[in-house]
Amino acid sequence: MEGNKLQRQAACMRNALFDQGYLDEQFIQLEDLQDEANPNFVEEVVKLFYSDSARFIRNIDLTLNNSPSDFVKLDNIMHQFKGSSSSIGAKKVKQRCTQFQEYCKIGNFEGCMRTFQEVKQEHAALKKKIESYLQVARQAR
Amino acid sequence: MQFHVLAVDDSVIDRKLIERLLKTSSYQVTVVDSGVKALEYLGLVDDEIANTNTDSNPISTIKNHHEVEVNLIITDYCMPGINGYDLLRKIKESTTLKNIPVVIMSSENIPSRINNCLEQGAEEFFLKPVKQSDVNKLKPHLMRGKGKENQPNFVVNKRKPMAECLSPDRIRTKYNYI
Repeated sequence: MEGNKLQRQAACMRNALFDQGYLDEQFIQLEDLQDEANPNFVEEVVKLFYSDSARFIRNIDLTLNNSPSDFVKLDNIMHQFKGSSSSIGAKKVKQRCTQFQEYCKIGNFEGCMRTFQEVKQEHAALKKKIESYLQVARQAR
Repeated sequence: MQFHVLAVDDSVIDRKLIERLLKTSSYQVTVVDSGVKALEYLGLVDDEIANTNTDSNPISTIKNHHEVEVNLIITDYCMPGINGYDLLRKIKESTTLKNIPVVIMSSENIPSRINNCLEQGAEEFFLKPVKQSDVNKLKPHLMRGKGKENQPNFVVNKRKPMAECLSPDRIRTKYNYI
């Protein structure tokens, strides 16, 4: 593919991520921190997010399997997960994290279970889209 | 002159972010992942050990008078173990470290938390995710800190009434909950 086409494709994919609400303006902050001296900053942060958040997901899964539910612990783990999501601009993931925390606060186990599935879904959906975008953006450079 | 900032955060993502943000301002950056490690780096833990342990190793006492100079400390609030507020308090209670400006970061906009930190001597309170515009606010605090070093008998200044010394952004934060 010509460089031009790749750049247009990358721009298109990037716009879609914002338009469809997957990313918010915090992602632009990350992009602004990328330069010639740090050409892969965005990719590095995203990779770090996914390796780090796998840990949170595992811990929440384990904690949800314990009975009785430790809602304080669940809320604490999710607080950290939400923080990381917020730092990379993962808008939909962050929204689901907030919902999960709300169910924790009222001790609603069913709500937690359901919302956690949604967190995982959004987390996985973003991963696919953002990795595809970053790959094309890299090729287009 | 180059300023040296110590950043403290238990989140690996936020550590990477704050490091990069600080480096864009050409600051020298040291990043640690806990309040305990921050205290060790600042030599405070050695202080306590040296004071309580009568047969303390001379080397650990020498370590108190560290060559490392820190011009500003920026720390997350929510951390396991010693949180940002405790770290702030220990720094302000230390004769050697109390003049180092401290900035707190938090993902939660809780007015009482913000006010407590500012009352305890924090220069700024940044809401996460921290942005470039936040980091740009550090310069005056760093400049002021450098000035104080040249006055060894500097007396702790009386704090002005809160409203007088808050920047517009902080006032905005303070009144958000009304």
